[in-house]
Amino acid sequence: MKAVKYLSIILVTFVIIAGIAIPMVPEPQSLFEFPIIPGLEDKARNIFFHVPVAWTSVLGFLVALYYGFKYLRTKNLDYDIQSVSSAGLGMMFCLLATVTGSIWAKFNWGSFWNWDPRETSIFILLLIYGAYFALRSALGSDEARARLSAVYAILAGLTAPFFIFIMPRIVGGLHPGAKGDTSGSTPVAQLHMPPNMRFVFFVSLIGFSLLFIWLLNVRIRAARVEHQLSIKDH
Amino acid sequence: MESGGHSMNRVTITAHDVAKDFNRRQIFRDISFSLSLPSSLAITGKNGAGKSTLSKILAGLIGSTRGSITYTLNDKQVGIEKFKHSIGFVSPYLNLYDEFTALENLQLLSRIRATTQQNEGRMKDLLSLVNLWQRRDDLVGTFSSGMKQRLKYAFALLHNPNVLILDEPTSSLDEEGIEFVQRIVRQQKEEGVLIVATNDKEEAGWCAKEIHVGMPER
Amino acid sequence: MNFIVSTWAIVVKDVRSELRTRYALNALLMFVVTSVATILFALRDDELSPEILSGMFWVVIFFTAMSGLSRIFVSEEERGTTLTLQLVASPSVVYFGKLLFNSGLTLILSSAVTVLYVVVFPAFVIKSPLIFGFTVFLGSLGFASAATIIAAVIAKANTKGTLYPVLSFPILIPLLMTVMKSTARALDGELFTAALGEFQILVSYLLVMTAGSYLLFDYVWKE
Ligand SMILES: Nc1ncnc2c1ncn2[C@@H]1O[C@H](COP(=O)(O)OP(=O)(O)O)[C@@H](O)[C@H]1O
Ligand SMILES: [Mg+2]
Repeated sequence: MKAVKYLSIILVTFVIIAGIAIPMVPEPQSLFEFPIIPGLEDKARNIFFHVPVAWTSVLGFLVALYYGFKYLRTKNLDYDIQSVSSAGLGMMFCLLATVTGSIWAKFNWGSFWNWDPRETSIFILLLIYGAYFALRSALGSDEARARLSAVYAILAGLTAPFFIFIMPRIVGGLHPGAKGDTSGSTPVAQLHMPPNMRFVFFVSLIGFSLLFIWLLNVRIRAARVEHQLSIKDH
Repeated sequence: MESGGHSMNRVTITAHDVAKDFNRRQIFRDISFSLSLPSSLAITGKNGAGKSTLSKILAGLIGSTRGSITYTLNDKQVGIEKFKHSIGFVSPYLNLYDEFTALENLQLLSRIRATTQQNEGRMKDLLSLVNLWQRRDDLVGTFSSGMKQRLKYAFALLHNPNVLILDEPTSSLDEEGIEFVQRIVRQQKEEGVLIVATNDKEEAGWCAKEIHVGMPER
Repeated sequence: MNFIVSTWAIVVKDVRSELRTRYALNALLMFVVTSVATILFALRDDELSPEILSGMFWVVIFFTAMSGLSRIFVSEEERGTTLTLQLVASPSVVYFGKLLFNSGLTLILSSAVTVLYVVVFPAFVIKSPLIFGFTVFLGSLGFASAATIIAAVIAKANTKGTLYPVLSFPILIPLLMTVMKSTARALDGELFTAALGEFQILVSYLLVMTAGSYLLFDYVWKE
């Protein structure tokens, strides 16, 4: 876990420096120049932060779902600790993605919220996280909480494939790559970037994923200690 | 007479190191026993020791946290869904439908069970046994708690269960009620399996064996 | 065979209980009338587009259903009859019995809303009855499927009433988006083939939700 911790810090630091400091020029010559994308300019830099954060919020949900599933199979409450820790972290990243996205949208599309398919998807994910935690707080015993929130996470997961089919049919897309290109209106991004931008972008994806794994580990350990203490209190 | 003779199934119930936690707190652990007919077992312990919880686990209504219960029917191991139809259960946690009459409750529930034929004669016998035949067409919602308890006995015995589980068997019953419970108990422990969860010494004395649940004081 | 007999017996029990207590049906129908009346007050003289009308149509169904469909499990839990039912029936029998009942209720509900809309909104003209019929039928079944499993979940919670729409909405969004789209097609008078894509989504939603609920129901029903 130490390795994950330091690697994630190094990678995210690299992304912050590279993503902000590398100049944008009309005709990039060297590795250390990004092209100017008309209409986006410096706002394009958000892709190094916003997209990985959004990805991490999805990752948080998938991990929560996976451990919820394992809880149902084994009835071992430790899996519930892992599941809820991941969901909490995922929800935090989901909020970050919503905020970074809508600030960016204000500058680029003129309003904070536009019901673009990907905005809608992240909003629904936020609703699912909210419902998941509302359900947990309304359940009396630890076992019922673990069991029913795992069931809910799985049910919510079952609806995910539908969004990928339905969104493009129902709502027009605004996200970069969407204009005249139907692939841009799916909830999943398709990227057309020069190699050096793509490199920074993928380093960022890996860096944020590792950051997620490290934070998740910290949260799980803290939650386990908390439960040990609450048992002693009895 | 009243119970109309048991169907001749051989049954066994075996508990293997059963333990149950609520909110990460252990209620009881290491419960092991094996019952085959004819036999009787009393589950005793203080309030909150887990008597009701253990009887629900035995009836297959809730799961155990660790350990397992196995059931055999005519020497073949069967799952709880199959064995359920051999269990009769009277419990404060098992209510009947207030918006139906006593007779309707028995009819609807036995139709849902769907294993045996609708037997109006048996329903009449049982309702007479528990002294509710006169009130068969009254809504259960209008019954007193003692009358509801009586009706629970009629429901529990409706399908001639090989295994009868009684949690707080005489709660809210009058003397006459206690008497018919004793008659049922006597017959059941000779012909089938009887399990009684109680903290009453006398009721525990109905059974040949006794098991004590609960955790030692810390 | 026993499975079908048992399942049907559960439906019969719930229907008789409903007829006797009139808990869900009266409340649901009154809810429909009040919410449509509210919409009428708000939009009295406006020319409404098919998109808005079809949206409003499903909004009424959503909120009405959320006020009544949870009853099927909540009432068992409140009266302490859950364990009784568990003792006489297997989880899958209970699930399909309750699903059938809720499907029937949702179909009645959406038919009532349809009749009311046709009567009170002059602009609500169903130009493609076939698209409309399929949409309402498949939509109601899919709706009932998701609503039934969520009802089973919230029946175990402390704050049942408010939690129900909160949990159901994210699960129902794909269904709602699809039925709104194809209801708008029906009001626009499009060809039947234009809505085939939506029907595919509705059928798969129904199948996925029902199969998923069936597999998960054991965990919900049994502590
Ligand atoms: N659904 C539940 N959630 C949390 N705790 C429970 C639940 N059911 C029972 N308990 C706890 O389990 C213990 C045993 O309960 P119970 O079996 O009803 O006791 P008894 O019947 O021996 O009086 C009690 O401490 C009770 O608080
Ligand atoms: Mg008790």
